[in-house]
Amino acid sequence: MTTATHTPAAANEYALSHLDALEAESVHIFREVAGEFERPVILFSGGKDSIVMLHLALKAFAPAAIPFSLLHVDTGHNFPEVLAYRDRAVAQHNLRLHVALVQDYIDDGRLRERPDGLRNPLQTVPLLDGIETGRFDAVFGGGRRDEEKARAKERVFSLRDEFGAWDPRRQRPELWNLYNGKHAVGEHVRVFPLSNWTELDVWQYIEREKIELPEIYFAHEREVFSRNGMWLTAGEWGGPKENEPVETRLVRYRTVGDMSCTGAVDSDAVAITDVITEIAASRLTERGATRADDKMSEAAMEDRKREGYF
Amino acid sequence: MTTELHSTDAVFGEAAATALLRFATAGSVDDGKSTLVGRLLHDSKSVLADQLEAVERVSLGRGQEAPDLALLTDGLRAEREQGITIDVAYRYFATPRRRFILADTPGHVQYTRNMVTGASTAELAVVLVDARNGVVEQTRRHAAVTALLRVPHVVLAVNKMDLVGYQEHVFAAIAEEFTAYAASLGVTDIVAVPISALAGDNVVEPSAHMDWYGGPTLLEYLETVPVGSDPSVEPARFPVQYVIRPQSEEHHDYRGYAGQLASGVLRTGDTVTVLPSGHTTTVAGIDVLGTETDIAWAPQSITVRLAEDIDISRGDLIAAGRVAEPTKDVVATVSHLHERPLKVGDKLLLKHTTRTVRALVKEISYRIDIDTLEQRPATDGLNVNDIGRVVLRTSEPLALDSYTENRRTGSFLLIDPADGTTLTAGMAGESFTTTPAQAAAADEEDWV
Repeated sequence: MTTATHTPAAANEYALSHLDALEAESVHIFREVAGEFERPVILFSGGKDSIVMLHLALKAFAPAAIPFSLLHVDTGHNFPEVLAYRDRAVAQHNLRLHVALVQDYIDDGRLRERPDGLRNPLQTVPLLDGIETGRFDAVFGGGRRDEEKARAKERVFSLRDEFGAWDPRRQRPELWNLYNGKHAVGEHVRVFPLSNWTELDVWQYIEREKIELPEIYFAHEREVFSRNGMWLTAGEWGGPKENEPVETRLVRYRTVGDMSCTGAVDSDAVAITDVITEIAASRLTERGATRADDKMSEAAMEDRKREGYF
Repeated sequence: MTTELHSTDAVFGEAAATALLRFATAGSVDDGKSTLVGRLLHDSKSVLADQLEAVERVSLGRGQEAPDLALLTDGLRAEREQGITIDVAYRYFATPRRRFILADTPGHVQYTRNMVTGASTAELAVVLVDARNGVVEQTRRHAAVTALLRVPHVVLAVNKMDLVGYQEHVFAAIAEEFTAYAASLGVTDIVAVPISALAGDNVVEPSAHMDWYGGPTLLEYLETVPVGSDPSVEPARFPVQYVIRPQSEEHHDYRGYAGQLASGVLRTGDTVTVLPSGHTTTVAGIDVLGTETDIAWAPQSITVRLAEDIDISRGDLIAAGRVAEPTKDVVATVSHLHERPLKVGDKLLLKHTTRTVRALVKEISYRIDIDTLEQRPATDGLNVNDIGRVVLRTSEPLALDSYTENRRTGSFLLIDPADGTTLTAGMAGESFTTTPAQAAAADEEDWV
């Protein structure tokens, strides 16, 4: 028999730090899905939230492998560093990756390029096709309720109908830690294990767990141009236009998404501690600072979610 | 200085060790709950510039003079169009001392269901009262739901003190009446704070208008109230979620039971009983997310290895300490959540911890009038927002604790097997610790 060497001396030493409490809750959610669903999949973009999700899933099932595969909706305008990170992670953890390519849909006419060149809104159709083709019944997303006010209303287990649509009026109440995963054939459930995390929690956790991230999250020199008040990366995806001069700036990214609508922020934060200091002092939310597509209308996120976006 | 979010201490060192407090707000439409939530978020510097600009832009576009802070919290199209809040939303803010998850429960028609939802995960409830109106029907309803859901701490926020001249006697009378009522329901930890959410008195900053009040501001109390129960005095309860069997060369014989400790402390060497089978064995090892340890406590997510290779699967409960006999007969207080009524004879699914079984509604004993706590007949069954008493029969025995003793192992959901709709939230065993009806009866006996 092992002697208990870590026995807390006082009752309050049993208290968990907020990161430990959030971690325990997220792991509980991963294991509920593993226990209740036939074919779950993790949406993996190579962004920090999906990287933290993957890290939590690895811990949840250790020493066994993650009983899920990964799905990436590739807009065709992704940052090369992020795709390289994605492929490294897949190889390192011996995971199975499904990729749905927006470019394929544009090439064969199922989707049409938008006049503004934004590809984030085009992700919905390949995503829903990918879910249908893979017959996935639970789809993990890295969405957090602090990101956006429509997301603040979303459940941890969010039922989607056969069209992948979200109906805020039909949401199931969620009580205690009892998650209801029942769904009809053709329906699926979006699961958000990071629902209760904030951007700062995610960064503090990345620091604590020493999680590696794609380099674009840290300050680096990059050729950018200004559009709608944001620094976009110049590249083959369609920027800059003639009246948009390119300059080299020291920048980093707060979110990672399609190049056409993800802006960089001026920053000299080269390490995680610098990033945390910068975020804590920022007067802008990460989406307000760096996402063009959320600014299109007051209910942009809600409308896209109703169509099946994650 | 308790309100500065961006100090270096918050960023390095201390922040990582801060605790998490989950709390819920309850207030009816005109009590100023939106203003209070807006004030807490705003004054704790949790509203960022782009969010505030968006609110200002929309408010101006509608011809309003001042930014409407309710727009920060009303997230959906239908809510903005109708100017109402239709659902529970979760808000996040932090101070250097603590991280907060606020279940913002709307006070509209569906309030019982919404408040039950918000209160189910809350360790503290803020009950808002308008100082001009005092304790009203709504207040008693909020106190009753708080007591029923066993929320450990209650704050009575007496709002709009600016409209009653900041008078001490107004506050004292309301606090006394509320405390007496809540105590009769078994709520013991009650703190009353006189505030003005609109003017900012005693929410984040101490009031300059109420020298007579010597207690903490609302935020100060939220930052310092003891969080979490003491796991060392609770029996260990560990619902098995998932069996981990790597079947790899390195971990060929590994067989671990994964789950989240619902209560108590578990140590290597502890004698445990597996329910419902009743098999007894000892804990051979504990892994906390891949790292071996010899002690774990609620609410950690862990993996447990047992000394004997016995048949255990998802839905079983590994328990130490006092263990109740698993039962197929469930007597519970329920809160009905859905427009589809609950009726005697309904065949449903019951989800308790990680186990889902079939259940039959054998009896609906009565409906509780949540305003008066009187028992009323429920011949039509239970309708949406009704709270009542039911008797269920399940297809398999459940290792249920009484909800008054364990919020995790005493709670369950009733689910419609046809389409998976969550219909009802259930709490096993006695509903209130003491009820006014019983207390009154006892008094009468003494009198006679």
